[in-house]
Amino acid sequence: MNKIFEKGGKLYWLHSTVDAFETFLHVPGTVTLKGSHVRDAIDLKRLLILVVIAAAPAALFGMWNVGYQHGLAMGQTGVHILEYFWFGFLKVLPLYIVSYVVGLAIEFASSQIRGEEVSEGYLVSGFFIPLIVPVDIPLWMLALAVAFAVIFGKEVFGGTGMNIWNPALLTRAFLFFSYPNYMSGSDCWIAFKKGETAVADAFTGATPLALDGPAQYGTGFWDLFIGTVPGSVGETSVIAILLGACLLLWTGIASWKIMCGSIAGALLVGWIGNVAGITDIPCYMQLLYGGFAFGTVFMATDPVTSCQTETGKWIYGILIGMLCITVRLFNPGYAEGMMLAILLMNTFAPLIDNCVTSVHISRREKKFKTA
Amino acid sequence: MVRKYKKKWYLRTAFSQISIINYKMSKNIVLKRGLDIPISGSAGLYVSKSMVPAVVAVCPDGVRGLLPRLLVKEGDRVLCGSPVIADKKNPDIILTAPASGTVKEVVRGEKRKLLAILIQTDPEQEYAGIDTADVKSALLSSGLWTLLTQRPYGVLADPSVTPKGIFVSAFNSAPLAADYEFTLGKEVNAIQKGIDALATLAPVHVSLDASVKDSAFAGLTGCTIHRFQGKHPAGNVGVQISHISPIMKGETVWTLTLNGLAAIGRLFLTGKVNVRRKVAVGGPAAIQPSYVDTLPGTPVKEFAPFYGNSSADEVRIISGDVLSGRCVGMNGYLGRDDDQVTIIREGTDKELLGWIRPFRFNQFSTDHSYFSWLLPRKRYDMDTNLHGGPRPFLMNDNYYSKVLPMDIYPVYLAKACLAGDIEKMEKFGIYEVLPEDLATCEFVDPSKNYIQDYIAKGIDLMLKEMA
Repeated sequence: MNKIFEKGGKLYWLHSTVDAFETFLHVPGTVTLKGSHVRDAIDLKRLLILVVIAAAPAALFGMWNVGYQHGLAMGQTGVHILEYFWFGFLKVLPLYIVSYVVGLAIEFASSQIRGEEVSEGYLVSGFFIPLIVPVDIPLWMLALAVAFAVIFGKEVFGGTGMNIWNPALLTRAFLFFSYPNYMSGSDCWIAFKKGETAVADAFTGATPLALDGPAQYGTGFWDLFIGTVPGSVGETSVIAILLGACLLLWTGIASWKIMCGSIAGALLVGWIGNVAGITDIPCYMQLLYGGFAFGTVFMATDPVTSCQTETGKWIYGILIGMLCITVRLFNPGYAEGMMLAILLMNTFAPLIDNCVTSVHISRREKKFKTA
Repeated sequence: MVRKYKKKWYLRTAFSQISIINYKMSKNIVLKRGLDIPISGSAGLYVSKSMVPAVVAVCPDGVRGLLPRLLVKEGDRVLCGSPVIADKKNPDIILTAPASGTVKEVVRGEKRKLLAILIQTDPEQEYAGIDTADVKSALLSSGLWTLLTQRPYGVLADPSVTPKGIFVSAFNSAPLAADYEFTLGKEVNAIQKGIDALATLAPVHVSLDASVKDSAFAGLTGCTIHRFQGKHPAGNVGVQISHISPIMKGETVWTLTLNGLAAIGRLFLTGKVNVRRKVAVGGPAAIQPSYVDTLPGTPVKEFAPFYGNSSADEVRIISGDVLSGRCVGMNGYLGRDDDQVTIIREGTDKELLGWIRPFRFNQFSTDHSYFSWLLPRKRYDMDTNLHGGPRPFLMNDNYYSKVLPMDIYPVYLAKACLAGDIEKMEKFGIYEVLPEDLATCEFVDPSKNYIQDYIAKGIDLMLKEMA
């Protein structure tokens, strides 16, 4: 690195930024100082870019779906698949630009203030944020929400690795509580051009979850599984999310215990709700609705904000699944429970870990006494 | 040729010494977690050089908890086994000269800290006579007492305590480590004598590698034999203790390397201090890796044939293994307890877009995002590159504990050490570990933390608080 960027140099205030770009271009020639003289080739950049790759199918499908839903709403037929995709791409691109510019600017500045290297954590959060917000969200709102989430959700705790809540979900929560009109109802999930309104007869743009029970049935299993339904950009296609899940599980970045736990918890509560007559939706359909799949695969498994211990991961996953469906069943005002379930469990994850490690410690003490 | 040698030697020693009773008493302990790092350059099983170096160094730094007081001055004549340094707190504990000769220089560093005593060696070695009638006083007066390490904390053994056991690992699982079956397989008599002597102080436990059939050490008696099977750090005595008899608060154990045990045995066999050992010189940058028969304190320059004309900027010379050895530099000396020298290239090259390349076949990674798992037999020319930048811990504890065969949470322990939280350090098992036991966790860490350093600092804090 040029000397003017080093401590005492004129442009030291740009140190972290220059360093970030430099290490982005190539693996630095830093050598180990002590301890283990050789190191594994893996680093956080590699791990986190894999999460982005895993989410890419969901993002690409989501862009197409934005165009497709718009076409449905406008009553268009015979539109080429790439045209749908291009429409969606142009709609989603500004969200990405805002998400990355605002988030990374804050991240770079706070890294410089702390005198650390820029962490690549926001690479993933910034990729997720446009996938979990309504596509027509005003950009200034998104910018505000991202700034809130990054500053108060992450940087005040000390940056990536220290945060308690998932920054992407915090962005969504901020939007949800500050601008509820834009986050629920039947209008927000479809992209419209300026001045457009839906023209197709009897078209409703609500996500399946926002509809009444019988209407919900109208959306078939395969529509939900493939994802040709309205919703946040990345959350609709279960099959694209499953592709990502395979990659995350193979590389071991995401915990299968959390995913399985979450699915088991959701099925359990969904089944109880069905049997008890609270809802007539079969429990397996709950896995396909709304943000459940996306949340289970990409949000709940965030290694920083989830439980650290293996037993804790089961408890954490199961509770997320149960809470999500519980919110869906008992809260008529807001039909989507995944975001709140994960944020709540993020909050309790350290407590769960504390309980698990306490049990471990007391078991160790007992073992020692008998040894 | 190597194989032939091994076979012959099995026939000669192992079969004649297997004691059926001991064999039955021992049980196999299988450790599933761990990591054998596939680094290239393992030493060929032959001794390429046997030497008495012109100069040997006695360095007090390698002994944790020793406050050195100098007993000799420049120009003094010393015999092999003569005292040169005493402990200020306990004058009975001394370090002795590993070779006879003349004190050439006393090397001091900042604040006159004693770094090394250099001894110009004699061509013909002369030995100081040691009275071996009483075990403890013989060990103390020969200086071999300092080969014992006391756990918790890995400090100099305190002669006034009685430990609950003395633990010796008879195999080394560290990368490129010396093969004890080769280096000490012929010295079973000395090792047996050493066990007999130490058994008068405390029960002795010896751990064998269960995967080696007909180990030369399987016939040792007077001790409890344990068999371990697994990847590194299965050969670390700390890991073994945690499976045999974990250290509780208030308990102490002593540990010893097999070389140390052999040296103690030789003392009781011959009455002489003889700390010679076969040192495995290896590593990806080593030329013709093989064994050298020499003394601890041998200057690194004596190993010059192995690194050729490389400068200190190009290669790193490590006394010990690549995971937890010390970088000693070109002017350093072989460590007191080390029987291994590893030579690796300094990895100062920048690799363009390295982190995002789908394939990096010349880089080893345990992570499935690389493809090392496809090539399980490949040996890698590893260098000292960090492969990333330091970050806070991001991955879960499981990412680390899958390479640590101990019942502890490595990340929780490392974080407790970072925070200096003594209560939590105790609870998460600081008594059971030394930094070397968590070396594999440090290797796999994608956040590039110096976990061993955190643990070492935690132990320093414990020592300070407990004093």
